[in-house]
Amino acid sequence: MIRRQAIVLLALVGLLVATYLWLYKIGVLGELQCGTGSCEAVQASRYAELFGIPVAFYGVAGYAALMALGLAGLQPRFAADRRAAVLLATLATVGFAFSLYLTAIELFVLHEICRWCLVSAVIMTAIWLLSLPELRHSPATT
Amino acid sequence: MKRFYLLLVAVAAIGGGALWYGSQQSVPPAPAAPSAPLPVAAADAFRGFTLGSDSAPLEVTEYSDFECPFCASFATVQMPVIREQLISTGKLRWRFRDFPLPSHKYSRYAALGAQCAGEQGKFWEMHDQLFNNHQWAQTGKNPRGLFRDFARAIGLDLDKYDACMDGQRYAARLEASVQEGEALGVRGTPSFFLSGRPYTGRGTSDDFKALVDSLTKKHK
Repeated sequence: MIRRQAIVLLALVGLLVATYLWLYKIGVLGELQCGTGSCEAVQASRYAELFGIPVAFYGVAGYAALMALGLAGLQPRFAADRRAAVLLATLATVGFAFSLYLTAIELFVLHEICRWCLVSAVIMTAIWLLSLPELRHSPATT
Repeated sequence: MKRFYLLLVAVAAIGGGALWYGSQQSVPPAPAAPSAPLPVAAADAFRGFTLGSDSAPLEVTEYSDFECPFCASFATVQMPVIREQLISTGKLRWRFRDFPLPSHKYSRYAALGAQCAGEQGKFWEMHDQLFNNHQWAQTGKNPRGLFRDFARAIGLDLDKYDACMDGQRYAARLEASVQEGEALGVRGTPSFFLSGRPYTGRGTSDDFKALVDSLTKKHK
């Protein structure tokens, strides 16, 4: 249960980070607070969109789904439901793989780092790591 | 469990508040054209950044605008070939002059950025950043932070860059360049002059190469 609570909390923080990047991308926010990174260069690159949709929006949708699943998994009737654990782990794995891809693009193609994207990648990795033990511990429901 | 939900609500409220606050903050605007014309005498008699050997027999002066899509296309498609085949072989020297068009919101700001990079010896690196990453010109968003990222990427001292940009240190240079272009009859960008004479041919590397080759033969 503690793990699911941690997943929900991390997903909420990830949702806020992804929303920040998305709001910048669609022009609601004028400037990204990035410290020494190159957030705007990364956000202006062609890799910041996938199929015409800002990559940050996939983050918003992914974290929102993870949070919703995590919250549902905290309810007593789903707490022991293995399907909730499998769904969480599957979605977290997709998110983790996507984060790996985006980080690789920053490091090896753009040679520029967006700190907020990196924060998101760390959050997604933590969610993924937390979701895996759930698979072992959740009893199967019949 | 109740505490956990309270924590969630608190994080959501703080994060949401921060996002709302951020959306209300206005970005320092990129400077627009000066309200009063700057005297050309205020400029430093600067004649533009050049590429190529001082002893090259021919010189092309390009009047360009960093926000202009044709200039970006020329810089990214034709210019690399011209650099390789004509400039680096010593046949041609290239001079870049700013001609930011008033219809382009951020071209003057971009030109200032390139001048500030030039102050640190990296004009052409900034020129390439501005043209190679030309998506900024299509978004209409204030490119202040993005240009700073470009400056960082090419290794500029950011404190010096910021001071240069904030003080619009080279505004008079830009005005002088525009006034010079207007006096020469420049109406659009990119416009070219080959050793002082207007070049009216197509702006392709093939055409420049053919012209340079024919003129070089004549000189011999």
